[in-house]
Amino acid sequence: MSDKVGVIVPDAKAAPKKPRRKLSVGWVLIGLAVALFLLSVLRVVTGADDLTSSGTIAATLIATMPIMLAGLGGLWSERAGVVNIGLEGMMILGTWGAGYFGYHYGAWAAVVGAILMGMLGGLIHAIATVIFGVDHIISGVAINIIALGAVQYLASLTFVGLPGGGQTQSPKIPDVPTLTIGPLSDGLKDIEDQGTFLVSDLASVLRALVTNLSSLVLISLLLLVVTYYVLWRTSFGLRLRSVGESPAAAESLGVKVLRYKFAAVLISGGLAGLAGGFLAMVASSNYRDGQTGGRGYIGLAAMIFGNWRPGGLLGGSALFGYTETLGLRQGGTSVHALLLAIAVLALAFGVWQVRKGEAVAGAVVVGLGALLGALYLSIDEVPGDFTRMTPYVITLLVLAFASQRLRMPAADGQIYRKGSAG
Amino acid sequence: MSPRVTRLVLGLAAPLLALVAAFAITSLVLIIAGDPVGGVWSTILQVPAERNMANIINNATVLYLSGLAVAVGFRMNLFNIGVDGQYRVAAFTAAVVAGEAWLPGYLNTALAIVCAMAVGAAWAGIAGVLRATRGVSEVISTIMLNFIATGLVAYLLRKVAVREAGSNEIGTKQIPEGSRIPSIPFSDNPAISLYGFLVIAAFFGFLFWFVLNKTRFGFDLRATGQSTTAAVASGINVTRMTIGALLISGAIAGLVGLPILFGDAYAYGSTFQSGLGFAGIAIALLGRNHPIGIAVGALLFAFLDEQSNPLQIIIGVSPDIVAITQGVIVLTVVISYEVVRRYGVRLEQRHVAAALEKHDPAGPASPTDSTTKGVSA
Repeated sequence: MSDKVGVIVPDAKAAPKKPRRKLSVGWVLIGLAVALFLLSVLRVVTGADDLTSSGTIAATLIATMPIMLAGLGGLWSERAGVVNIGLEGMMILGTWGAGYFGYHYGAWAAVVGAILMGMLGGLIHAIATVIFGVDHIISGVAINIIALGAVQYLASLTFVGLPGGGQTQSPKIPDVPTLTIGPLSDGLKDIEDQGTFLVSDLASVLRALVTNLSSLVLISLLLLVVTYYVLWRTSFGLRLRSVGESPAAAESLGVKVLRYKFAAVLISGGLAGLAGGFLAMVASSNYRDGQTGGRGYIGLAAMIFGNWRPGGLLGGSALFGYTETLGLRQGGTSVHALLLAIAVLALAFGVWQVRKGEAVAGAVVVGLGALLGALYLSIDEVPGDFTRMTPYVITLLVLAFASQRLRMPAADGQIYRKGSAG
Repeated sequence: MSPRVTRLVLGLAAPLLALVAAFAITSLVLIIAGDPVGGVWSTILQVPAERNMANIINNATVLYLSGLAVAVGFRMNLFNIGVDGQYRVAAFTAAVVAGEAWLPGYLNTALAIVCAMAVGAAWAGIAGVLRATRGVSEVISTIMLNFIATGLVAYLLRKVAVREAGSNEIGTKQIPEGSRIPSIPFSDNPAISLYGFLVIAAFFGFLFWFVLNKTRFGFDLRATGQSTTAAVASGINVTRMTIGALLISGAIAGLVGLPILFGDAYAYGSTFQSGLGFAGIAIALLGRNHPIGIAVGALLFAFLDEQSNPLQIIIGVSPDIVAITQGVIVLTVVISYEVVRRYGVRLEQRHVAAALEKHDPAGPASPTDSTTKGVSA
């Protein structure tokens, strides 16, 4: 509710009531630290060393960024009240944009190309939803279908016959510069190799940050901060959010509702396009058919998990990026270790629920935890098909437990026609 | 024009407008890309040969079931994006059950079909329960379930599979001869025939219409879709309706892979056709969630798919161009219905205004304001 008041009195009233909201990013850092501590415990207990190796952390960082960028795209448009299930399609367009412009004009052109292609998808979504009032999900689904077909068509038009290119992939794209601090990296490696509790785990995280860090990772993280600043600390952002909370009220105060929605969806598309570009350039080295693998949807889930806030979104993306990484790195043992952690967490959560008086829900959760614990003890390694499922299962579980505590923008997904303020 | 005729004309205008717009946009893409526009359309729009005709009808049967499954959800404002996962889990189950042949002949077939529907329903039911009890958006959960289905089926397939001699492909056991569904002859050439499952698909189309329009359950379902608050107020249990609608949607989704399984492939292998669920979403939208409309949409999509196949060979254009057409059709259909609806509302307002003026020339000058609200709400 404070957001609606905030249209007139920016943030002044909201701040004292909910001081926690300001700490959003800080809370995530604390959360990440706690997660690292728990993983460190888990590593020592189970002996699954790959859980916190610098290789895993570096891969996690790369797996997290596209999901986070897609989530940021979702954040921009949903804060303005437009649901964007077309993120996946915009990402797909971005992968092709990076492939085409990267091959012909170089690395930074690839970044720009990816963003522009994503914005093209955003433009379609904006025209359909904002101007013609099409249901947001229908438009998003249509964009996903169009993008997939368009990219396959464009790929066979533009990449066939080029060296290393073909119907399903582009030639190699030049890479953006990476950052390495040599001596620091070597020193941290020594600490990491000792295997000391917590110290080595911290060292491997730091090492991942100073070794071959892509500049696109830095840009992505910067975009997260910029998004937070623009949406929550500028009048532009305040108006944009007011459009997502109560468009009629916003319009009656003179905000150009449709213009803000349009801009938000365009920015959303650009971010999703960049997410696709990131996949093509950093996570891989060329455009490939089917490269996005549903990350647009996962980004959307990460944003919902993050309660439509940038800090939570980062946490959610990191969770999915991490589980995805474990699945890909022959994660049989790592995911197996993770089973133990989830079993223990579920047991604790279930007991807490029972003590709170929710006996049935608590019992179900305890039963689930016990089942997972039994599963952990009965097998030595999780089969490959299941480790690859991990991010999706985690998404479902997290949403099942978190959905009821979340609050989406009040007018999210509603169709607004100009003049509805009366 | 009488209002009845007007409504009919407007109703036909929308899909026509959508098709014309979609074709125009596709042509524009072709022109920008420098591909021969005329060549593409003359290849796609030629009269299909007998063999192609049979292929179109067969593929349309499969797409029709997929569209029906999605439409059940749409009628209640639920987006079952997970038909893709549901039909793969179900078709795999049916293939295993039918392959084991615990029962003789067609009893075996019936058992497999029932199992497929049950499994499809259960898979969609997960999303239904999560939505009804935990408030998880079914859009996200069904998409996640699609990915989980892919992994699960791949794992189980490796557990039960038998390797075909001289091939790298793995698949379930072949369905015995007596449990296959006989095909319907289509021409003098015995090799060209239609899936026997066509009859079952048509029956489910009728059932869909009957349940939704002639039973209390169907009324409750549509009422909940149009206004949850009104539904609650009139005593409908929305939680139960949500789970019920997704169960039915999943059960129909369970049928999607079966025409192929019982009429053509006879086993579920790693190359079993995928992606049929997403086409179903587009087709349900195109057909406005009506069983006959969905049939038209399915035929149109199957027609475009089949006729674009030779594009690469004849004029060197990638057949993926029709995917653009199909996606654009989804958007233009929705947009043109909205445009036509707005036009219809305006037309009606003018009618009402004219009628009022005739009755009472000195009356209130602007009755339009109240009509706008009444019609568009």
